[in-house]
Amino acid sequence: MIRVEGVSKQFEETKALDGVSPSVPDGSLTALLGPSGGGKTTLLRVIAGLEAPDTGRVLFDGDDVTRAPARHRGIGFVFQHYAPFKHMTVEDNVAFGLTVRKRPKPEIARRVHELLELVGLDQHHQRKPSELSGGQRQRMALARALAVEPRVLLLDEPFGALDVRVREELRAWLRRLHEQIDVTTVFVTHDQEEAMELAEQVVVINHGRVEQCAAPHEVYDNPANEFVMGFVGPVTRVNGHLVRPHDIQILSQPGEAAKEAVVTRLLRLGFEVRAELLPAEGDPLIAQLSRAEAEELELAEGQIVHVRVDPAQPARVPAH
Amino acid sequence: MSRIGLRTAALGYLAALVLVPVGMVFYRAFEHGFAAAWEAVTTPQAQHAFYLTVLIAAIAVPANAVFGVIAAILLARRDFPGKRLLNALIDLPFAVSPIVVGLALILVWGRDGWFAMTGVIFSLPGMVLATIFISLPFVVREVIPVLEEEGNEQELAASTLGGNAWQVFRRITLPTIRWGLAYGIVLSSARALGEFGAVSAVSGRISGRTETMTLYVEDRFQSFDLTGAFAASVVLALLAMAVLATMLLLQRRTA
Repeated sequence: MIRVEGVSKQFEETKALDGVSPSVPDGSLTALLGPSGGGKTTLLRVIAGLEAPDTGRVLFDGDDVTRAPARHRGIGFVFQHYAPFKHMTVEDNVAFGLTVRKRPKPEIARRVHELLELVGLDQHHQRKPSELSGGQRQRMALARALAVEPRVLLLDEPFGALDVRVREELRAWLRRLHEQIDVTTVFVTHDQEEAMELAEQVVVINHGRVEQCAAPHEVYDNPANEFVMGFVGPVTRVNGHLVRPHDIQILSQPGEAAKEAVVTRLLRLGFEVRAELLPAEGDPLIAQLSRAEAEELELAEGQIVHVRVDPAQPARVPAH
Repeated sequence: MSRIGLRTAALGYLAALVLVPVGMVFYRAFEHGFAAAWEAVTTPQAQHAFYLTVLIAAIAVPANAVFGVIAAILLARRDFPGKRLLNALIDLPFAVSPIVVGLALILVWGRDGWFAMTGVIFSLPGMVLATIFISLPFVVREVIPVLEEEGNEQELAASTLGGNAWQVFRRITLPTIRWGLAYGIVLSSARALGEFGAVSAVSGRISGRTETMTLYVEDRFQSFDLTGAFAASVVLALLAMAVLATMLLLQRRTA
């Protein structure tokens, strides 16, 4: 269990962290989610010991490690650009943590071999990092971090520098790896989809504050505020509230609490259909529906329909 | 102007200013035959001068390498009060004339100086100090850009993996800066071997005792022993060329 208590960190003019206190349960996969410059990377670096907080404490399993240097914390840290040791082979990169601990050579060789197999790089053990692809470098960095059997694995934007296809592959792979090795993992991301897909717990961070800390579906369905609502999914504004566009119902006949609106634009995005609507009074809004629903309503641009918010407990927050 | 014209102009300029004078030194050295030149550079004074030059460089260059790496790491990786001052001070030897450096050392270490002490001025320690001073900036100035370009992520990664300060330096920082460091050492060596002014001021120029190669060349020249002067110059030039060749090899490694 990692507990962060009231951590603040100031960089010159900007307050990167402003009294944050999230915690990370043992064995969980936690995402620090937020816009860039929101403080999520600073929080990860404070947990790692790469950055000292101005105030507050960091506890690992109850031990106060706030003043402990990174090398004594038992962490594995994967940098955004992997920070490969350029002059060393893949094998020596992975062995580094064990070599500096002066473990016996045969043990190091065995462990490195196991890890390279785990990340699928055993064929490339003699290569230099410059001879690897981005995804391979990423996996090498992971193996290197795992070699020292860390209490917690910390990943800074692990997929940020990769192209979309590789990113999706690696996401699925990391998910399986986490199930396999069961190490407490915290990763930073600005991509809400990535956080939703991978994490068991999402910590939404903005302007140096924790906006919400909950399971992905909780964050999506019961967002704590307007910011979280807007950051973790699409929103549209109805009657002074923010709601999810898929919670907007379109009726062909007048219904209870439904108001008249004209369809100004229809976008067919494969399975999904997005309708832009202009009510007789109030702001324009967006509705998201399935292709089947759209066909049943025979939706067309210029058509007059009746819209209302799905009464079955939709996520909504007051808009300012 | 055509490309060939440009080339001819550039080569002609170089030839007139560099090749012809250096060629003349070689020509005059061997004017009276190889044997005479050989004899001139194997006199006890010449041998001692050669030995002294190499000895001074062998002390000054490692000292500068160690200081240079420490200073470069401090300047590139740390923030501390007086950082800008240190940064500016390191370039001072580039700006100050060597003869001024020599006189300054006499003021500090000489008979009436602050640290008045016998055995510094007019002897080896003084000459080493002067050489260290004038060849100080090279390693620092070659290593800092490498450290800045590489950033500190590899070092941070090594420390998260459990490396202590020495292990991180030895296994990550040093291999990272190795070509910059080697290049700085080469430049520093070239400067140390060829130094005249500062060493001249503090050495006292005692033949066979405190005379380096450059001082020996001047001494021979003033004594109208032209073969001796030119033959010793050839030895200096060959040393410099060896350094230059090392530099070219290093440049090819880093490119």
